[in-house]
Amino acid sequence: MTATETHSAIRAVWSIESARLIAGLARIVRDVGVAEELAQDALVAALEQWQKSGIPDNPGAWLMATAKHRAINVLRRNKLLERKHEELGHVIEAERDAGPDLEAAIDDDIGDDLLRLVFTACHPVLSVEARVALTLRLVGGLTTEEIARAFLVPAPTVAQRIVRAKRTLAEAKVPYEVPRGDELAPRLSSVLGVIYLIFNEGYAATAGDDWMRPALCEDALRLGRILAGLAPNEPEVHGLVALMELHASRAPARLGPTGEPVLLPDQNRGRWDQILIRRGLAALERAEALGGARGPYALQAAISACHARARTADQTDWARIAALYAELAELVPSPVVELNRAVAVSMAEGPAAGLAIADALVTEPSMQNYHLLPSARADFLLKLGRLDEAKLEFERAAALTRNARQREQLLERAAACARS
Amino acid sequence: MRYLCLYRPGTPESDDPQCHEEIAAMGELIDEMQRAGVLLATEGCLSSSKGVRVRLDTGKYIVTDGPFPETKELIAGFCLMQVRTKAEAIEWGKRFLAVARGGETEIRQLYETPAA
Repeated sequence: MTATETHSAIRAVWSIESARLIAGLARIVRDVGVAEELAQDALVAALEQWQKSGIPDNPGAWLMATAKHRAINVLRRNKLLERKHEELGHVIEAERDAGPDLEAAIDDDIGDDLLRLVFTACHPVLSVEARVALTLRLVGGLTTEEIARAFLVPAPTVAQRIVRAKRTLAEAKVPYEVPRGDELAPRLSSVLGVIYLIFNEGYAATAGDDWMRPALCEDALRLGRILAGLAPNEPEVHGLVALMELHASRAPARLGPTGEPVLLPDQNRGRWDQILIRRGLAALERAEALGGARGPYALQAAISACHARARTADQTDWARIAALYAELAELVPSPVVELNRAVAVSMAEGPAAGLAIADALVTEPSMQNYHLLPSARADFLLKLGRLDEAKLEFERAAALTRNARQREQLLERAAACARS
Repeated sequence: MRYLCLYRPGTPESDDPQCHEEIAAMGELIDEMQRAGVLLATEGCLSSSKGVRVRLDTGKYIVTDGPFPETKELIAGFCLMQVRTKAEAIEWGKRFLAVARGGETEIRQLYETPAA
C-alpha cells in the first residue's frame, strides 16, 4: 500500500469507528470534549504507527485499546488532582460504574454509550447550530472543514462553535446519560429535530452546490438509521427515518434536464428510488406497529408514503393525504401545514374547497412573504376559471420567490392567464 | 455515495450448508453494517446450478442453464452500501472478506443523479 492509500484507509477506519470510540471514552472521562481529544490522540498514534507497520487486522480494536489506555491515564491524573482537592466523587462514581475492570467496562454496551453521545450532542443547553455541528462531528464523523463546506460557513466559525459547545456542556455539567421518564420525550424530539434539520439542509441544496451539501441528506439518513438501531422501540425515530428515506427516494426526479425544479405531480416516477421507498415503507410500518402512527414524523412519512405508493400522479390517494394533514395540523398547528392541507383538499374535493382553506391564511403574518401561498391560490383560481385573479397571484408569487428559475416559471404562468 | 459489492469466493461451489460459526459471524457483520447505517441491501446467491445466463448475440438470444464452469468468476452474493468515501467501502469490504475467510469483492460506485 502506498502512503496515500494507507492514509485514506486510516481515515476510513476513523470515520467508521470514531463515534463509538468517543462514546465509550466519554463514559469514562465524563466529558465529550476530553473524549474526542483522546480519540484524536489515538488517531494520531495510528497514523504514525500504521504508516510503518501496516494496518492491524482489527484496527477498531487497536484504536479503542490505545485510547482507553490514555483515558485511564487521564482518569488517574484527575484522581490525584481531585484527591488533593478532596473531591473524589466523580472518580469514585466512575470507578463504581466501571466496576473492577475498567477496560472491560469500556467495551460494555457500546450501543448505550452511542445513545448517550447522541443525546449529549443534541442537548437543549446548546444552540441549534451547535447541536448540528457537534452531532455531525462526534456522531457523524465529519471533519470541521466538511461541516463548514456543507453549511456554507467559514471553517473557523464551525471550529469555534464546536469548542464553545463542548465548553457549554462541561460548564453546565450535563450528565452523560440517556434521559429517562418525562425528560425523554422532549430530549428525543431535540435529537430528531437536529437530524431532520441536517437532512433538509442537504435537500435544499441545488445544482451548482458543492457535493458536500447534498451529501448531508445521506449523513442525516445514516444518523437516523443509527438512531433507529440504538432506540428501536421509539416509534418517532422510525417515523423520521421513514420520512427521510421516502423523501430521498424522490431526489433523482426532483431536477429536470437543465437543473430546474420538477414538482411532485410532474416527476418521472420511474426515477424514484425503489430501494429507498421499500426501506421507507418498512420504517413507517415499524413506527405504526409500535403505536406511533400519530406522531408528527410518522404522519408526514405516511403522507409521503401515499405519494410513493401511487404509480402515477392520478392514482394518488388525496383524500387520505388531506385527512393526514388534518391530523398533523391538529398536532402541530402551522400555516404551512394548513396550506399543504388546502392543496390536498383541492385535489380530493375540488379547487373551491382548497381555496377556502388557503383564503383563511392570507392575513397570517408569517405567510406574508411565503411565495407558495399565492402560487397555490393562483392554481386554485386558475382551475376555477378566475383568470384575472390567478394572474395577479402568479405575479405576486413570482415577486416573492428567491429562486430565479421558479420566478420564470411563475411569470410564464401569469402570462398564460392573460393570453387565455 | 453508493457502492455495489459483488462477492466472488473463487472456490468450487458447494451445496453444503455453511457452518454455524460462519453464519453467526456474517450475521454479526450485517447487523453491524445496519447499525452503522451503511447497508442498504444484501443477499446471498444459491448455487449456479439454479441459475441461468441469457445472452443477446447478433440478434439471437442464447439461454444457458447453470451450473457455470468458471469457478473463479462466480458471484456468491452482493451488498449495496451507502458510505461517505470509497476508502470506507474498501474498509467494509475487508471486514466482509475477513468473515467470509477469503475470496474477492468487486466494489463498484453506482451512478447517481448529480446534486440530488
